[in-house]
Amino acid sequence: MRRSLLFIPGNNPGMLQTADVFEADSIIIDLEDAISLFDKDSARNLTKSFLESFPVQKEVIIRVNSIDSKYFTEDLDIIVTDKIDTIMLPKAMPEDIIKLDNLLSKIEKEKKLKKKIKVIPLVELAKSVLVIEEIVKIPRVDGVLLGAEDLASDMEVSRTNDSVEILYPRAKVALACIAAKIEAIDTPFISTLDIDGLIKDANFAKSLGFKAKACIHPNQVSYVNSVFSPSKEQIEFSLRVLEGSKSNIKGAFSIDGKMIDKPIIERAEKIISRAKRFGLL
Amino acid sequence: MKNCLRRNVPPGFKPFLGTNEYKNHKRFIIDEVISTNTSKVISDISKLFDLLKITDGFTLSFHHHLRNGDEVMNMVLSEVKKRGIKNITLAATGIFANNDMIAQLIIDGNITNIYANYINGKTGKVISEGYLQGNLIMQTHGGRPRSIEAGELKIDVAFIATSIADKFGNGNGLLGKNACGVLGYTIADMLYAKKKVIVTDSLVERVEYCQIEAKYIDYCLVVESIGKQSGIVSGTTKITKDPIGLKIARDAAMFIEEAGLINNGFSMQTGAGGTSLAVASFVKDIMKNNNIKASFASGGITSYFVSMLKEGLINNLYDVQCFDLDAVASAKINENHKIISASKYANPFDNPIVNNLDFVILGATEIDLDFNVNVTTSSSGLIMGGSGGHSDTAHGAKLTIIVSPTMKARTPIIKDKVTVITTPGEDVDVLVTERGIAINPRRFDLIEQFKNSKLKIVSIKKLLEMTHKYTGIPKNVEFEKRVVGVVEYRDGSIIDSIFQVRNNYEL
Amino acid sequence: MKSATCGSLESNDCLITVSESDILDIKINSIVYDLFGDAIFKVVLETLNQLGINNLKVTVNDKGALDYAIRARLITAIKRLEK
Repeated sequence: MRRSLLFIPGNNPGMLQTADVFEADSIIIDLEDAISLFDKDSARNLTKSFLESFPVQKEVIIRVNSIDSKYFTEDLDIIVTDKIDTIMLPKAMPEDIIKLDNLLSKIEKEKKLKKKIKVIPLVELAKSVLVIEEIVKIPRVDGVLLGAEDLASDMEVSRTNDSVEILYPRAKVALACIAAKIEAIDTPFISTLDIDGLIKDANFAKSLGFKAKACIHPNQVSYVNSVFSPSKEQIEFSLRVLEGSKSNIKGAFSIDGKMIDKPIIERAEKIISRAKRFGLL
Repeated sequence: MKNCLRRNVPPGFKPFLGTNEYKNHKRFIIDEVISTNTSKVISDISKLFDLLKITDGFTLSFHHHLRNGDEVMNMVLSEVKKRGIKNITLAATGIFANNDMIAQLIIDGNITNIYANYINGKTGKVISEGYLQGNLIMQTHGGRPRSIEAGELKIDVAFIATSIADKFGNGNGLLGKNACGVLGYTIADMLYAKKKVIVTDSLVERVEYCQIEAKYIDYCLVVESIGKQSGIVSGTTKITKDPIGLKIARDAAMFIEEAGLINNGFSMQTGAGGTSLAVASFVKDIMKNNNIKASFASGGITSYFVSMLKEGLINNLYDVQCFDLDAVASAKINENHKIISASKYANPFDNPIVNNLDFVILGATEIDLDFNVNVTTSSSGLIMGGSGGHSDTAHGAKLTIIVSPTMKARTPIIKDKVTVITTPGEDVDVLVTERGIAINPRRFDLIEQFKNSKLKIVSIKKLLEMTHKYTGIPKNVEFEKRVVGVVEYRDGSIIDSIFQVRNNYEL
Repeated sequence: MKSATCGSLESNDCLITVSESDILDIKINSIVYDLFGDAIFKVVLETLNQLGINNLKVTVNDKGALDYAIRARLITAIKRLEK
């Protein structure tokens, strides 16, 4: 369960050692696009050294280089330890994710890891959007991040303010995730100074069924957390629903004139679960 | 000798006995010095030196309202150097990198004693290395006028850079080609120095608003330029963009709100420093969301507070110093932008504005487990700052908040004991860092109030331990035995000594 | 003479240069030398020990890097030298 995921460049010590301060639910340490080709080794070693010295209390996601790059194998060799939780795979297609799944099983066995490493595929190709239903079925996949900038590039269109070009991909990815009972994570908002735009964009993604949004600047985190947290009203209502369902085991009941049935009770349980997870209760 | 904080006090000085000790003493004021000179306008600095008989051992004073753009102090001290005058006591309210030429005058013995509220640049380094043959006395914005009015700091010639002046000796800082705004730090010098010289680059027939009054002025030195107005603005007078600073600022604003201090009619001050100024912007959001108006903001004024004044969010600004050109412009036209002297601002004996503050946001180079704060030296013991209004506002405000990251480039801000005490812990209430908020145990009322807060409240000891986990434990810096300067508290007592740095330190 | 570098002169980082040598030669240049000079030497020596390296010329140009960063930069520089 996440609301915000903060991208941190893996070769920058100043940012790594303060990443946990910004109240993002997860940090994504980037070994891919934020790192120059000359410094892939440097970023890998710095990230590993950092995590060994200062275990981070939140979810640690590593964005490795794409599976067909010459950096991928060493990325996995060096970076997969008990100190990380999740691998984020760029330009992910189903066959790539399955390959990664197998490699991770092998490494988990060799390194005797105590946990199962999760995978978040980064959907940033037109063809990936079209096979999203296959992607979400793969067991290790714990969530999906939509990468709109690279996707627009793949589509050879420009990114626009109202984001019409990614409307269908957004909706398709959100629905597929919901059906597979995993969380869809929305693409980062690039204009870091435009807070109003960020809030609008996050709310729109939320209305399509996204449960979280990636952040590329620490200043975005608190606003994203706000948007994707259950509101005070939702929490209060859900508590009343659960109260009511406890004392009305036999069947449907009503609150404020509204019929409360099983789907609403299940929704209330999810909301309270989220509220507890994010320390709002 | 030792004072009540067990810090060194050299012989001949009075030891600090607590921040309320001044209440046991009466205010003492010497007579004002009125000028008898009628022909005041002069344009030759050499002739001026002759007329004033400026010679060895004189005490010369200057202000820093043009900050890093000032040219008056350098110009006068160049004349001192030219004439080979020795043993000058320099009483400058602020010394900046712009005034690095002072370093050579110290080394050559032209300047042997210094009084200042703030020192940055090469001058601080040279003093720390032991070149000043006499004493360095670091004062506060409120303590300096107190010492002048009491006749302790005796000034022979006060040089007052005045952006507009008339031939009678009236002047102000609001008009003229290098307007610097309020001349708050000059008033005590104007009243009590033996001789007073205003230095201007804009001489007019008649000055309307007279912050500087003719009756006290002996000479009016007309020059090409008193400095550069643009030099007022610096990094420390703009809101920070750093995400860590912004997080700290946001948490500080939330703390103040939860402490119940943002109510209609409240008052506030933020120090110079990007993070302190950012707190003001978060406080502004809270004010707007709750329809709250402040009665006043005080201290060094920036465009940020000016815009709040214009928006009707604050009733009055009490300005002792303008930190940017918007503040200068506002001081000129806004009725509610009030001009005050340093004495009215912070002199403990003058019923100062600082006593009415609800909260103040300040910075720190170091803070220790007793909440003592150092803003005078770096952790290596180099002089690079000074109280300014730090200990004045910390004493007067109901709530004193220090905002700082836990470390800056590996150097921990929190220490067992600070290198030099500028402001004593009894006046410091809260430390807000990016990893948690520490409340001074003396404030059991706040500790109780924040028992169930969603803010991350931790003990300062815990914050220190957390920081050491990252940085490692720093080596104790060793100093020479020689005292190169003292930190004079607002009441004239000595709160700490500054020791000479060892020669093998590396910067 | 073969040499390799890693890191940067940004705040909180260090730039480490290593080159082949017959002897062990470590030079530290740091903005926090008086507070952490000894600690930096310690990390460099420990890391070289762990890698079993007895002769190398190492120059550290430090801008306040923490131990983990010094270690990582040194290891990467050495690996680059070995290529």
